[in-house]
Amino acid sequence: MIVDTIIGVIATLGTLFVLLAGVGILRMPDTYLRMAVTTKAATLGIGLILVSAAIYFNDLSTTTRVLAVIIFILLTAPVGAHLIGKASYIKGNKLWEKTTMDDLAGKYRKTGKNISLPRNMDKHKEKDQEKS
Amino acid sequence: MTLDNYLYYVILPALSIAILLVFYRFFKGPTISDRVVAVDLLVTIGIGVIAVYSILSHQPTFLDIALILALIGFLATVAYSFYIQKRKNRNE
Repeated sequence: MIVDTIIGVIATLGTLFVLLAGVGILRMPDTYLRMAVTTKAATLGIGLILVSAAIYFNDLSTTTRVLAVIIFILLTAPVGAHLIGKASYIKGNKLWEKTTMDDLAGKYRKTGKNISLPRNMDKHKEKDQEKS
Repeated sequence: MTLDNYLYYVILPALSIAILLVFYRFFKGPTISDRVVAVDLLVTIGIGVIAVYSILSHQPTFLDIALILALIGFLATVAYSFYIQKRKNRNE
């Protein structure tokens, strides 16, 4: 009975975080802020739900499996968010107008509508300087 | 209220509401990166639903599927970001 209560409480906490992630991805004003919601709130919520499953089964093999899933999500969520954030910045997605900091401003070269990769940044700089 | 009833009537509907909210963003999302983020979140919530169902049906084998789903979701995100970077002209 006590174990059931603990499982219910942990699953409720996880579900609350997942629900907050859903509200956040709907209400946030910016792609990058939406990405922050996906990586933080959803990861914590899913981790809590998986922990409740591990407590319910109370078994070494199941606990190992759950830990593998949690570690995998913890490893992959930031990497995926970084990749998609970089891709959308390169595609030229606008930041929210109330954003106060843009650390990547000026690090990429503008070519028409898109922003090019910084691969040949120094070469382009020299060319631009020669032109001017 | 037993644990099974609680999971059935509170946890699973809440997760379904979260999935509906994310799906609205998936349909609306002004840019393609919004849609990719929404798909990533959908897969993550799907892992949670699988975990709850494995409790409800007393089948710890379902957690293997959750592991595979996490793997495929990460691969999808990486592939989408790669091709978004490759795409040149269209901004949408």
